[in-house]
Amino acid sequence: MKRITIDPITRLEGHGKIEIFLGDDGEVADVFFQVPELRGFEKFCQGRPVHELSRIVPKICGVCPGAHHLASGKAIDAVYSVDPPPTAKKLRELFYSAHFFHSHIAHFYALAAPDFVLGPDSPPAQRNILGVVAKVGLALGGEVIKHRKIGQDIQATLAGHQTHVSWCVPGGVSKGITEAERQEIIPLAKSSIEFAKTSIKVFNDVVLANKGYVDLILSEPYKLVDHSMGLVDAKGKVNFYDGMVRVVDTAGKKIAEYAPKDYLQHVEERVEQFSYLKYPYLKAKGWKGFVEGQDSGVYSATPLTRLNAADGMATPLAQSEYERFYSTVGGKPCHAILANHWARIVELMYAAERMLELASDPEVAGPNFRTIPTATPHEGVGTVEAPRGTLTHHYVTDDRGIVTDANLIVGTTNNNAPISMSIKKAAQGVIKRGVAPTQGALNMIEMAFRAYDPCFSCATHSLSGLAGFEIVIKEQDGTVVHRIAR
Amino acid sequence: MSKLKLAIYWAAGCGGCDVSVLDLNERILKVAEIFDIVLWPIAADFKYADVEGYPDGSIDVCLFNGAIRSAENEHLAHLLRKKSKILVAYGACAHIGGIPGLANFFRHEDVVQQVYKKAVSTLNPEGTIPAERTATQYGDLTLPKLFGRVRTLDQVVKVDYYLPGCPPVVEQAWGAITALASGKRPPAGSVVGASEVSLCEECKRKKAEKKIREFKSIATFQPDPEQCLLEQGIVCCGPATRAGCGSRCVNANVPCRGCYGPPAGVVDQGAKLLSAVASIVDSEDPTEIARILAAIDDPAGTFYRFSLPSSLLRGAQHKETA
Repeated sequence: MKRITIDPITRLEGHGKIEIFLGDDGEVADVFFQVPELRGFEKFCQGRPVHELSRIVPKICGVCPGAHHLASGKAIDAVYSVDPPPTAKKLRELFYSAHFFHSHIAHFYALAAPDFVLGPDSPPAQRNILGVVAKVGLALGGEVIKHRKIGQDIQATLAGHQTHVSWCVPGGVSKGITEAERQEIIPLAKSSIEFAKTSIKVFNDVVLANKGYVDLILSEPYKLVDHSMGLVDAKGKVNFYDGMVRVVDTAGKKIAEYAPKDYLQHVEERVEQFSYLKYPYLKAKGWKGFVEGQDSGVYSATPLTRLNAADGMATPLAQSEYERFYSTVGGKPCHAILANHWARIVELMYAAERMLELASDPEVAGPNFRTIPTATPHEGVGTVEAPRGTLTHHYVTDDRGIVTDANLIVGTTNNNAPISMSIKKAAQGVIKRGVAPTQGALNMIEMAFRAYDPCFSCATHSLSGLAGFEIVIKEQDGTVVHRIAR
Repeated sequence: MSKLKLAIYWAAGCGGCDVSVLDLNERILKVAEIFDIVLWPIAADFKYADVEGYPDGSIDVCLFNGAIRSAENEHLAHLLRKKSKILVAYGACAHIGGIPGLANFFRHEDVVQQVYKKAVSTLNPEGTIPAERTATQYGDLTLPKLFGRVRTLDQVVKVDYYLPGCPPVVEQAWGAITALASGKRPPAGSVVGASEVSLCEECKRKKAEKKIREFKSIATFQPDPEQCLLEQGIVCCGPATRAGCGSRCVNANVPCRGCYGPPAGVVDQGAKLLSAVASIVDSEDPTEIARILAAIDDPAGTFYRFSLPSSLLRGAQHKETA
């Protein structure tokens, strides 16, 4: 028995570790994916005034704080039984479209692109955003930096801060925007749509024009047949900020569509001794283990599954890219996990188009951005689609609004079992009997989790950091037989 | 002249400090002109093994963000201290403990019970709790030990400078870092990239006399955007918080929660806030004073929102049951 440890895995948000056990025949016997930390927000949110949670929970993750801020803001509205006025809802969704735009740019260009632009087995020292910029040129690199900044700047204009926002208050937001500020956002949103078009072209030129990559994306080791979850609007289209949670099965048939407040009837979580991160599954199917297929409870919540679950995109350019996507990957639902990178580009376009729609609506600069709550606080659930999957916050308070219980199911946590299974399939696909795996081969195992854009800082409400990795292959007695450093 | 060596590392934080560096935007290319990055896990593929191999003291500046929560955080703190000439506690978590430090209000065991057994969506009839060691048929799986207390970086290793904020305002942070790199060094142990005075002294809101007869919650009150929040009865941590953030929260019409830590000369931020708030209560009658102060929800979690691990108490003191 030999074992390969990848610790820590890299180019993601947060910390994870992979243990690969090879049988005496040199084949992969089993693979364990572990998440090694916990911060325990569920506990220390207790005792805090509930309206303060929207300022505390964004600290779960500095990469997607906007998602936690809004899920929390919506849960707090529900705790106070208050419905924010239209201006507040539109402002929040405008903020959130800008947040998605920034987050998807960061993942696609900084974390995922090195594997495709430079290649999975390119030299590790170059396999980063600087290597990507060197390859694609400063002109495109400059556009990437500029548009990530646009996403951040719009959030700062609306909420006073681009990272750890303190803006949602029960019944709305703490401040509105002026008509002049609204006018300033419009050209930024237009530029964002042009950048999303550029990104589609980059994806075409780099990935789709390369048959090797298309084959890789559609190959068996990078396929995972499970159920798909995503938030949909009243017309069944993808929505990031609000709507019903829809689940379609492995064949694309709708098996659930529920209001976020009913999440406990549909999702349950399991604890394993070897990881600090829990494993959600569909309650109706039950936990059948780390298995694929129609009878398993395993589901994913990702850009790809949002597209699978929905009937389409609510904006024209995103819809046209959505249609091209499914005609290329061989129909709906798609279970090719690497197709997530393309799904993210479809969503990037939707975020940009939605930004322009909302910024063009004079009501976002209106004066009625808050309804002061009057009801006694009690209990509430808030759900948004985080860039990395369906995010749910659930709070219970006493009559003064002091939190007595808090429960969080975050984007990446949904995907804990799928990520574990995808890593195993990729390992079985790339590790060949009797051949010592190269760093490029091991990076191809990491590409399996990278497809999910996982955020383990979110998932464990904790973070312990990333670094490069070292692979040590040991005999059963602990003798090191092979060491690869990257 | 060869470039200076820069390391950026995250321990128990959220990644917001790393994002603050990315928010240099086009100036990120400047970083590459001044520094060779030798560790920046979110953006580059350097690894622990590389760092182990660097000569001691060979990293010119290390920006360390995140608190110390696990054995791995602690190990990296020692390693990077040894390898770095200048170790900077970057951001609120490394500086004063930050939001993860709120866990110090609770016993670690209670945190674990809440997450794995009591959480309403969790089904765990066997009572499984993640363990540092799990046997499988192929070999043991391990997880790093989590400490019962969250610590600041300087409670583990010597820190040269502190760069406060959640996250730091990048313009000021970058100014401070380039100054350090160019040899303009304030006395060891200084807070850099921020002001010496309290936030109130830089806050642009209109201020009159602070006499409070009723504290209010922004949950059910929309404050005036121009007037001092504290004078409106909103608990604001400005009086005991170091300026330097640009008043970003109060500009968004929400009160300060103290992420920049205490101003110069203040040891315990929460105690200072307690005295500041108590001093503005407009009453001499003990019963009425008690009534007025009772309207402040969660004073401990508000006054020590970011600084509990660096406070004199370090956290709640639990009575051990026999």
